[in-house]
Amino acid sequence: MILVFVDHDRGVIEDISLQGITFARSLDATVEAVVVGGEANATLLGEYGVTKVHHATHAALMDYTPQAAGRALAEVVKRTSPSAVISGGTPRGNEVLAHVGAMLDLPVVADCSEIDLGASTVKRMRWGGNLIEHAKVHTSMMIASIFPHQIAAMPAPASAEVVLFEPELTAQDTLVKIIDRVGEAAGGVTLAEAKVIVSGGRGVGEDFTLIESLAGLLGGAVGCSRVVTAAGWRPHAEQVGQTGTKVAPDLYIACGISGATQHIAGCKNSKTLIAINTDGDAPIMSYADYAIVGDLHQILPAIIAATQAAKG
Amino acid sequence: MEVLVCIKRVILAGNTFALNDDHTDIDTRHLGYTLSPHEESAVEAAVRLNEEFGGTTTLLTLGHVDSEEQIRSQMAIGPDRAIVLETDGSEWDPQATANAIIEAIKKEETKFDVIIFGSESADTAGYQTGIRVAHALALPIVTNVKGLKVENGVARCERAVGTMREIYEVPLPAVLTVRDGIAIPRYPSVPGRIKARKKPMDVFPVEKPAAKIEKVKLELPPVKAKGATMLSADADGAQKLVEIFREIGVLS
Repeated sequence: MILVFVDHDRGVIEDISLQGITFARSLDATVEAVVVGGEANATLLGEYGVTKVHHATHAALMDYTPQAAGRALAEVVKRTSPSAVISGGTPRGNEVLAHVGAMLDLPVVADCSEIDLGASTVKRMRWGGNLIEHAKVHTSMMIASIFPHQIAAMPAPASAEVVLFEPELTAQDTLVKIIDRVGEAAGGVTLAEAKVIVSGGRGVGEDFTLIESLAGLLGGAVGCSRVVTAAGWRPHAEQVGQTGTKVAPDLYIACGISGATQHIAGCKNSKTLIAINTDGDAPIMSYADYAIVGDLHQILPAIIAATQAAKG
Repeated sequence: MEVLVCIKRVILAGNTFALNDDHTDIDTRHLGYTLSPHEESAVEAAVRLNEEFGGTTTLLTLGHVDSEEQIRSQMAIGPDRAIVLETDGSEWDPQATANAIIEAIKKEETKFDVIIFGSESADTAGYQTGIRVAHALALPIVTNVKGLKVENGVARCERAVGTMREIYEVPLPAVLTVRDGIAIPRYPSVPGRIKARKKPMDVFPVEKPAAKIEKVKLELPPVKAKGATMLSADADGAQKLVEIFREIGVLS
């Protein structure tokens, strides 16, 4: 049996978590899930082949509580002795697995693309996916996260039974918890979930009006490269890349972005990538499906006008 | 406020990697070294804590003694001293790294109020060293911190989730892992660079234990030679793009 930690934000399960479940099914026919706090989400998890949901409920687990989530997962691990513990490679998934690894003193292998439980070997991503490591894992139980967007989440309908339990938590487990949420209200398009991202780099300069206009017209989000956030032109929340957000939208338009490893790691899983750059030899071009060589300050107004006309 | 920042020297990555002949490592002959972006921001965040509350910042690294170059360049913006856990430069897995750091912290006379890590290293990205250290020292930990404010011995930490920010509060002493963007690193001044050369650096050799995660070899991912379709940089090209928007369903 494979145990999957299912990351959710106040009951909402991200696609990357479903990718983790899909991956787990390739390792073993029986997949059980651990959900900490929120809703058990048995219907959705059943659709993806989960047969049992271990749902941790506790007065202290009203919102995400990292170490307590690790404690709850470790408790199910001890009770059920799975052959592996898997999570989608979300920030929370990696964090909770690391807590479990520390609690059980076992290795944790992050960002895997392949796992062979028999041989205890993995392939895992380094440099944000720009380099693959083949590794032998010396462990009594594989604990691994799955690199985001490595595989697509695929349903495999099953019926999931819910097992409620109250984990035994220490005071230290619940010390670090969310006390508030601030920032933009709902309605803004999240970079990680946007279908379209219009992204700007050094070539854009400080003024992102053109990028914002095109993103607005296509109902998308604004992204940028690290150069742009380091210059203070745009907030860090918009940074796409290895140290920013990793995205996989239907359409990614890279404007004035040369395509350093750091940036490619964040956008190379986009379904369609359009590059607009003055340099036809820029690295971004080898990842592009369509490319325009020229000055974005002249090209974007034409694209905006044509898009506006098409929308009528 | 006593701050410890754990840093790691990584290759200065350009656009592609080349591997050595037996594919066990990156060919570093023509490459320089730097710190992970998360860790450059971590050092800046630490220096700002010292500016606000006094105290000192100590840098700690596990790695080749040549990491001194990256340490000195970071010391130029403020950190006061450094500890090098000296290895032969070969890779250590996350558990081995964490254990060596734990031992080093336990031996320290300084009691650190804040121990900062990058949320993950740019190269091997295990997402766990800081968490393992926190557990071993029985300290609370907040990860992926992108905003930090300390008041009355409590750290208020911001973490991004979607378009929102989560707020965590944690009493010090604590471990934090931080992300690029928590603080934009300042440029070192010339006097800063000169002072950095004289700052104390303790070097302790450490023995490498058997790896739990044992690197066997490296492989470059296949680059999908997409062979981009070129469009003209004019109204005609713009019109073709609109057709593409329609084709892939992002414009109705």
